[in-house]
Amino acid sequence: MTDLVCQSLYVSIAGKKVCSKLDLKLAPAQSWGMLGPNGIGKTTLLKCMAGLSEPDSGSVLLENQSISKLPRRTVARLLGMLQQHTVYIFDASVLETAMTGRHPHLGHWEREGALDKQKSLDAIRAVDLEGFESRSVTGLSGGESRRLAFASLIVQEPAILLLDEPTNHLDMKHQIRIMNQVGEQVANMQRSAMIALHDVNLAARYCSHILMLFGNGDWQAGPAEELLNRENLERLYQCPVESVLTSTGKRFLPGGQS
Amino acid sequence: MAAWVVGSMLAMSGCLMQVLLRNPLADPYVLGVSGGAAFATLIGMVIGVAVNFLPWLAILGALVSILIVFGLARGTGPWSGTRLLLTGVVTASGWAALISLVLSLSPDNSLRGMLFWLMGDLSYAVLPLWSLAVLGGSFILTLGLARSLNVLAMGETTARLLGEPTRQMLWLVYLLASVLTATAVSIAGSIGFVGLIVPHLMRLLVGSDHRILIPAATLFGGLFLVLSDTLARTILSPQQLPVGVITALLGVPLFLLLLNRARLKGV
Repeated sequence: MTDLVCQSLYVSIAGKKVCSKLDLKLAPAQSWGMLGPNGIGKTTLLKCMAGLSEPDSGSVLLENQSISKLPRRTVARLLGMLQQHTVYIFDASVLETAMTGRHPHLGHWEREGALDKQKSLDAIRAVDLEGFESRSVTGLSGGESRRLAFASLIVQEPAILLLDEPTNHLDMKHQIRIMNQVGEQVANMQRSAMIALHDVNLAARYCSHILMLFGNGDWQAGPAEELLNRENLERLYQCPVESVLTSTGKRFLPGGQS
Repeated sequence: MAAWVVGSMLAMSGCLMQVLLRNPLADPYVLGVSGGAAFATLIGMVIGVAVNFLPWLAILGALVSILIVFGLARGTGPWSGTRLLLTGVVTASGWAALISLVLSLSPDNSLRGMLFWLMGDLSYAVLPLWSLAVLGGSFILTLGLARSLNVLAMGETTARLLGEPTRQMLWLVYLLASVLTATAVSIAGSIGFVGLIVPHLMRLLVGSDHRILIPAATLFGGLFLVLSDTLARTILSPQQLPVGVITALLGVPLFLLLLNRARLKGV
C-alpha cells in the first residue's frame, strides 16, 4: 500500500507562507478535502506534494522515499494529479487523450493494447463522455475538457490522486458524478485522494479528513467530523457561517444579515 | 536524392520544433540555426573558399549558433519555452543583420550566388554519406520518442505528471531538431516553408499522433522537395530557379486550400 507523507513541510509562494511544519499522512482509503480561501496556496501545496516543485524545507515521501529523488516515471505510476485548468492546444481525439494516462505504464516502443483501450473507454463512460471518443479535444466545452482530464487520471491508475478543484466548470450532476468516482476509487480500490475544494458541503459529504489552510502558515488537519464546524469555517473564510442539519449530515451556509 | 533527404530532415525538424515551443507557427529556422549557417557560408564565399568546403562552414556556423542559444537560454530555473524562443529569435535577427552587412559589402559578381544560397538552392548540392546517417538515426530516435512527444505537446506540467523527465527530454528534442536543420542547411542552404508547411499539412491529414505524424511528414517532406526541385529545374529550363521560391509558391496555396477545407469540415 502506498502512503504519501509530508514531513515538517514548509511551503511558501511569493514570500507568503502556505504552511509551516506540516505533518500529514495520506493513507489508503482516506479522502482528504483541502479547504482555504482564494489565493492561500492550495495549488502550490498540491504541486509540492506531486513533486512538481520543491518545498522550502521538509520533505514529501512517497513509499518512504523523497519524491524529488524518485524518477518521474516511477512517481507517475503511483501518483496522479488533476490540474486546476485544462486547456488542449494541439488537436487529438478524446480517446487518444484519455489513453495518454497509460503513458507511464508503457515502454518506449510499446503501443497501447486492447486492455489499455478498454480501460480508456471505461473511463470515458464513467465521466459521461460516451459517444465523444473520436471528437477533437479542441472542440470540447470547459466542463467536458475537465471530465476528460479526470478520465485520463483514472486511466493512469495512480494509488494517490491529487485533485485541484475537480468540480470547477461542472454542473451539479457532474460534480456529484466526479466526486462519486473519486469516492469509489478511494473506497473500492484502497486508493487515497487529496482534493482542493471551494465547496464546503462537497467536502462534508465526500471527505473523511480535512486539511484547513488559514494563511500565514497556520493549518489544521484531522477527521472531517471534528474539523467541520461553525467556528473553524468562520475563522477560515472570515465570514459568518450557519450550520444546518440535513438528512445526510451537517451542511454549511453563509450566515449573517442579508 | 539530395532533395529527398533535405526535405525529410526539414519536415522532421519542423515537427520537433512545434512540440518544443508548443507553437504551431514554429519552423526549423525560428531559433537561428540557419542564420548562423548562412553567415558562415557567405563569409566563406566572400573570402573565396573552395565550393567543397562551404557545407563544412555551414555546419560550423550552425553549431556556433546552437551553442550560443543553448548556452544563453539554459539557465538554472525550470524549462522556459519562452526564454528559448526569445533567445533564438533575437539570435536569428542578429544573424540576419550580419548577413545583410555581408551582402551589402560584397562585390556584385558574387551576389547572385549568395542570394541563391540564401533562398535555398539544390543545383550544386552533393549528398554526403554521413547526412544519411543523421537522417536515419534521428528518425529512429524520434519514432522511439513519439509517444513522449504526444505527451510533451500537452504541456510541460502534464508531461511531468505522466512521467516524463521533461527538462532532459526538451533539451534532447532541441538538439535533435537543431542537428537536423544544420545538416539540411549545410547541403542546400535555407530552403523555406518545407519545415513549416509539411508538418501542418500532415497534421491536417493524419492527425497529431506523432507515431504517424513523424513518418508521414518525413516521407512527404522528401517528396515535396523532390517535386519542387524538379519544377525549379524545368519551368524556365535551361535557366534554373532557386528551389526555395518554388516551395513557397507551391506550399502557400496548397496549405491555404487544405486549411480552408478542414475548416469547412468543422474540424
